[in-house]
Amino acid sequence: MGAYILKRLISAIPVLLGITVIVFLIMAMIPGDPATAILGSYATPDNVEKLNRDLGLDKPLVQRYFIWLGNMLTGDFGRSFSLNRPVLDEILDRFQATLILAGVSFVLCSILGILAGVVSAARQYGFADKAITFTVLIGISIPSFFLGMMMILLFAVNLRWLPVSGMYAIYGGGDLPDLINHLIMPALALAAVATGVIARLSRSAMLEVLRQDFIRTARAKGVPERRVIYGHALRAAMVSIIPVLGIQAGFVLSGAVYIEMVFQWPGIGRMLVDAILKRDILLVQGGVVFVAAAYVMFNIAVDVAQSVLDPRIKT
Amino acid sequence: MTAFLKLLFRNRLAALGAVVLGLILVLVIITPLLPLADPNVTSTGDRFARPFTQGHLLGTDHLGRDLLSRLLYGTRLSLAVGIAAAVIAATIGSAIGIIAGYFGGRTDNLIMRGVDMLMAFPYILLALAIVAALGPGLMNALVAVAAVNIPFFARNIRGITVSLAGREFIDAARLAGKGHVRIILTELLPNVLPVIIIAMSTTVGWMILETAGLSFLGLGSQPPQADLGSMLGEARAALITAPHTSVVPGIMIFFIVMSVNLLGDGVRDALDPRLKSGALSRPRATTRVDRKDPAPTRPQQGALDLQDLETQFHVGARVYRAVGGVSINVAPGECLGIIGESGSGKSVTALSVMGLVASPPGVITAGAVKFEGEDLLSARYEALRRKRGDKVAYIFQDPLATLHPLYKVGDQMIEAIQVHHKVPRSQARARALDLFNAVRIPNAESRLDNYPHEMSGGMRQRVGIAMAMVNDPEVIIADEPTTALDVTVQAQILALLDDLRRERGLAIIFITHDFGVVAQLCDRVAVMYAGRIVEEGPTQAVLDAPAHPYTKRLIACVPELGGGRRRLEAIPGLPPVVDKLPAGCAFAPRCTKAAADCQRGEIGLDRQGSRAVRCIHPEEALA
Ligand code: SF4
Repeated sequence: MGAYILKRLISAIPVLLGITVIVFLIMAMIPGDPATAILGSYATPDNVEKLNRDLGLDKPLVQRYFIWLGNMLTGDFGRSFSLNRPVLDEILDRFQATLILAGVSFVLCSILGILAGVVSAARQYGFADKAITFTVLIGISIPSFFLGMMMILLFAVNLRWLPVSGMYAIYGGGDLPDLINHLIMPALALAAVATGVIARLSRSAMLEVLRQDFIRTARAKGVPERRVIYGHALRAAMVSIIPVLGIQAGFVLSGAVYIEMVFQWPGIGRMLVDAILKRDILLVQGGVVFVAAAYVMFNIAVDVAQSVLDPRIKT
Repeated sequence: MTAFLKLLFRNRLAALGAVVLGLILVLVIITPLLPLADPNVTSTGDRFARPFTQGHLLGTDHLGRDLLSRLLYGTRLSLAVGIAAAVIAATIGSAIGIIAGYFGGRTDNLIMRGVDMLMAFPYILLALAIVAALGPGLMNALVAVAAVNIPFFARNIRGITVSLAGREFIDAARLAGKGHVRIILTELLPNVLPVIIIAMSTTVGWMILETAGLSFLGLGSQPPQADLGSMLGEARAALITAPHTSVVPGIMIFFIVMSVNLLGDGVRDALDPRLKSGALSRPRATTRVDRKDPAPTRPQQGALDLQDLETQFHVGARVYRAVGGVSINVAPGECLGIIGESGSGKSVTALSVMGLVASPPGVITAGAVKFEGEDLLSARYEALRRKRGDKVAYIFQDPLATLHPLYKVGDQMIEAIQVHHKVPRSQARARALDLFNAVRIPNAESRLDNYPHEMSGGMRQRVGIAMAMVNDPEVIIADEPTTALDVTVQAQILALLDDLRRERGLAIIFITHDFGVVAQLCDRVAVMYAGRIVEEGPTQAVLDAPAHPYTKRLIACVPELGGGRRRLEAIPGLPPVVDKLPAGCAFAPRCTKAAADCQRGEIGLDRQGSRAVRCIHPEEALA
């Protein structure tokens, strides 16, 4: 197992390098003098000179890439001019908030989605199946940001059950119950679409598996139907569900950008949007590379989980 | 194409989606012709008018602009941008995919590496990076969304191209001296185009949503111009005081995405042949029993007695009569062979006994299965389940598919015991070990911890036999358990089954297409053709003097017993499709002795002592 994890980590290195190259190339598309363009409205002569020194912006493209890469590897993501603090510090603060939101959302959509899909398959064409299929259709069709706004109207404004936005109450708050209270709506709004997609996929994966010969064998052995479905079939279906969870995690992470805007969640998505609007390019660059790298790592974890689940995968 | 459309619109939801989408499209196309207020004229006095106020059907926004007008123009813009992004992404992505797939080798490798890298990003990060570089704005948002979706098209189209590039017509074009560009444009593109269009239709909704999302974040369309996303984004500030300004554009996005989704699902379903054939429906825990006539009341003979069993497959409007009235029984300690070609109904007969025919589409329409004096077909699920594997056990063909791939074989054995007997795990494991030894699995102890894929075919088959034996059943139904094995292993396994039956006195129904196997193992044999028994009798008697022409041909197919290989005499023609059985003898089209009277009417099973035959011109008169 350890060797397998190591192997996967090593194979991730080219992907990570590729990510930095792509981000670097995109940023190199910025027209005009790089330092002035990167700094935008923060382009005081002082700042321009500092940036030129840090990133070697007067040097050729390839050399610039390696300077930038080298800096990042030593933990130097540059300095955010709009916030006047190191980019990495800001990223780490913000990423924590995103991780809480996206993480909880991901767990929610995985559990709810698989459950709904399995129940739907087990009761194919029954009432539960139809109800779930209908709900899923609605769920995957509502844009998450609109859903979030409607939830605020209903649960925060009309029913007054939950706080409108933010991560903690401004006065008092700050403890776990306060966090959970603030987390419920954004996490659900963020999970909605992914739940729908996972439910659909789980349903069809289950139906596929329930046709397999080994399910007939389980029935021929006299295994009770409940156990056939929730044991034998689900276990086998998980093999095709897990990779989809990995893909959906990417969508949850993407959707977090919208949800953070709607709920004023102090995460990295909102940081990125703010940084783009303020043209704080270094902050955007660092944030994108950081989150993409985190996602690559997460996918390795998914692969490892898959290899634990499926003994046929050579580790 | 028309068949496809028909199929698509038979799906009512897809039709609904098409209608809603069509309506929206027509509306936005004629928007400039409608008597609407200017979408950008502000009137601060009229701010936040509610819907249905005079002159503003949907009310006004925070600057007093008419919402209906803004909605229609906004929808127009959103759709235009989304569709444009889809076309751009499809064109560039497909071009990349075709080039990678057509040239292959290095080019392919390099391109696909790049595509994989791009797909390693959560999509929005890439879009944000592009917008960050180019600056906020609707055109830049369009570029970003298109760029983010290019890898999706590149990968899909490459796959199709690779499979096409190896075909003869491409080689032929190459030999004819056509250039690469011409081959790609005239030979490849026409074949790939439908796939591109389908991929586009399933992603366009997604791209509309993505551009709306970027606008919502303030990174897309800039004021005063508004698409649906930026309308929603602007309305967010007044969400609490004037919710209608958010609801109006939000619902519109919802309608668009929903109708595109419905349509996309419909397209997917219409293209999926499995849906029609019922292959995607879940088989029930037991086969459905739907008998028009009361079950036969004849007393049970032997350990297991099938009486007039009829099993059909109902697929759409077609009815396949897989088993058409089969009566057979097997006594304790006896081995009965059922032999026939594939499709003869022998397996379905076997699976019907314990209600294991996949249902839908399977239905048992007549007959009875008598066991311990009761009719299993009338039994409730729980009563039937208690007998499955405990009293009547199955051994299936191809244990790689029939054993659960993710459970250790030992655990599968233990489960087989524990679902019927409350015994501690250690005791169940000991029993499993005994049986592994009994079926002569070497290193049985360590083999218990193997997964099926870690064993050889012969070993897996022994596991299958051990699993069937584990509860000391009274009847074992073995469905071609040796077909996939080589001859020596096959002989060992047959010998093993023979020993077990003699030692433990169990009844075996052995299903096969091979008379050689029947000769080795079975006391009696029943020959099936087109869902019915055409001949039955003691094995030796049938082998020595087959009465039915079909039996004779089957025996001729077997290499001389004991003697070396003999020329296989295949039976010309194919077995009939069982949804259109001819009148009279089903074998007549392939029978050398067929006469005019053979196809006139029903031919009964003529029983003489221990033998029976369904033929009016038998090879040998039954004594
Ligand atoms: S009934 Fe006629 S056609 Fe059928 S097997 Fe006998 S001889 Fe051949």
